[in-house]
Amino acid sequence: MRSGVIARKLGMTRLFTEDGRQVPVTVLHMDNVQVVAQRTAERDGYTAVQLGAGSAKPKNVTKPMRGHFAKAQVAPKRKIVEFRVSPENLIEVGAELAADHFVPGQKVDVAGTSIGKGFAGAMKRHNFGGLRASHGVSISHRSHGSTGQCQDPGRVFKGKKMAGHMGSVRVTTQNLEVVRTDPERGLIMVKGAVPGSKGGWVTIRDAVKVAPPKDLPLPAKLRAPAPAAPAGEDAE
Amino acid sequence: MNLLQQIEAEEVARLGKQIPDFAPGDTVRVGYKVIEGGRTRVQAYEGVCIARNGGTGIGASFTVRKISFGEGVERVFPLHSPNIDSITVVRRGKVRRAKLYYLRSRRGKSARIAERANYRAPREESGED
Repeated sequence: MRSGVIARKLGMTRLFTEDGRQVPVTVLHMDNVQVVAQRTAERDGYTAVQLGAGSAKPKNVTKPMRGHFAKAQVAPKRKIVEFRVSPENLIEVGAELAADHFVPGQKVDVAGTSIGKGFAGAMKRHNFGGLRASHGVSISHRSHGSTGQCQDPGRVFKGKKMAGHMGSVRVTTQNLEVVRTDPERGLIMVKGAVPGSKGGWVTIRDAVKVAPPKDLPLPAKLRAPAPAAPAGEDAE
Repeated sequence: MNLLQQIEAEEVARLGKQIPDFAPGDTVRVGYKVIEGGRTRVQAYEGVCIARNGGTGIGASFTVRKISFGEGVERVFPLHSPNIDSITVVRRGKVRRAKLYYLRSRRGKSARIAERANYRAPREESGED
C-alpha cells in the first residue's frame, strides 16, 4: 500500500482530447505536500506517513505543533493527514511529494467534506417523492408521509429516514480517472466531480477496487530538490 | 488571474483555434471533421448563428440553425473543439437580441435577418480575421 496525497480543490473545467471529445475535470492542487512524521510498527504498532500540506503562519500554529514541525524541519503546515502505508513504502521525513505521484489513466479514490446543505427535508435529503400536488393534500406537499405502523410497535424505528442535517460529511468518490498531471505547478486533473467546495481539502489515494498500473512510482514520486529523490525514483 | 483561469487560458492556447469575430445573427459556415471508416473528412454546416454561450473561454459554444429539407436543424458546437476545422462568416446580420430563439417559431419571410452594412472589425486583440 502506497501513500496518498493531500490536495486542495481549485474547481472544475474541461479539456479536449485529440479526437474532439470533451473531458470534464476537477483540478486539484498539491501545495507543498511534505512528510511531517512517520509511524512505525515498533513505536506505534502500525506503519503510516503523516503528510502536511499548505502553509500556515507560525503565529497561528500552536506551540506543541510548532515543536512537531520543528522536529521534522518542515515549515508549518495548514493541513495534516495520516496515510497508512506498507513498511517498504515509508517515505523519509521532510521529503516533498510531486503531482506525478499518480500517472494519467490510473484510477484514484478522492475523499473530501461535502458541501453543507443545512437542515434539509426528506425529499432533498433522501430522494423521497413527497405527497401529491392535489387530491386533497394540504400544506404537506413536500412532507415525508408516514413514519411507521400503529400501536403495535408504538414507536418510530431507529434509522428512519427523516428531515435533518445534510452535507458537511466526509464523502469518498471512488474510481476517478487521472487525466493529466502537472508536476511543476503541482496539479492533478481528475475526471469528474470531487466532493467538497472550491478551496476545500481532499485526500487522493490509489483506487481500492481497481488494480494499480505497473509503472506507479514506489514508494512515492518525490520532488527533485529533496536529496532523497533517487531512492524514490524508479518504479516496478 | 487565478490558477484555474490560467489553466483554461493555456488550454485555449494549446488548441490554438483561429476564431473569426462573429455574433448572433451572422450566417456562418462551420467545417466540422467527421470520421468515416478510417479517414476523416470535413463536412460544411452553414446556417444562422442564433446564440453564443460561455464567452470565449474553454467552455464556450455557439448554436447554428438552418432549415434542412424543410425541417429546422440546430447544432451546438464547442467553440474550441479540435473537430472544428474552420469557421467562416458568410454574412453579417443585423439583430437586436443576443439569443435569436424567436427564429424557431418563424418561417420564410419573417425569419429573414437584415444584413449589417456598417460592420467594422474589432481592433487587433483576440478575435482577428
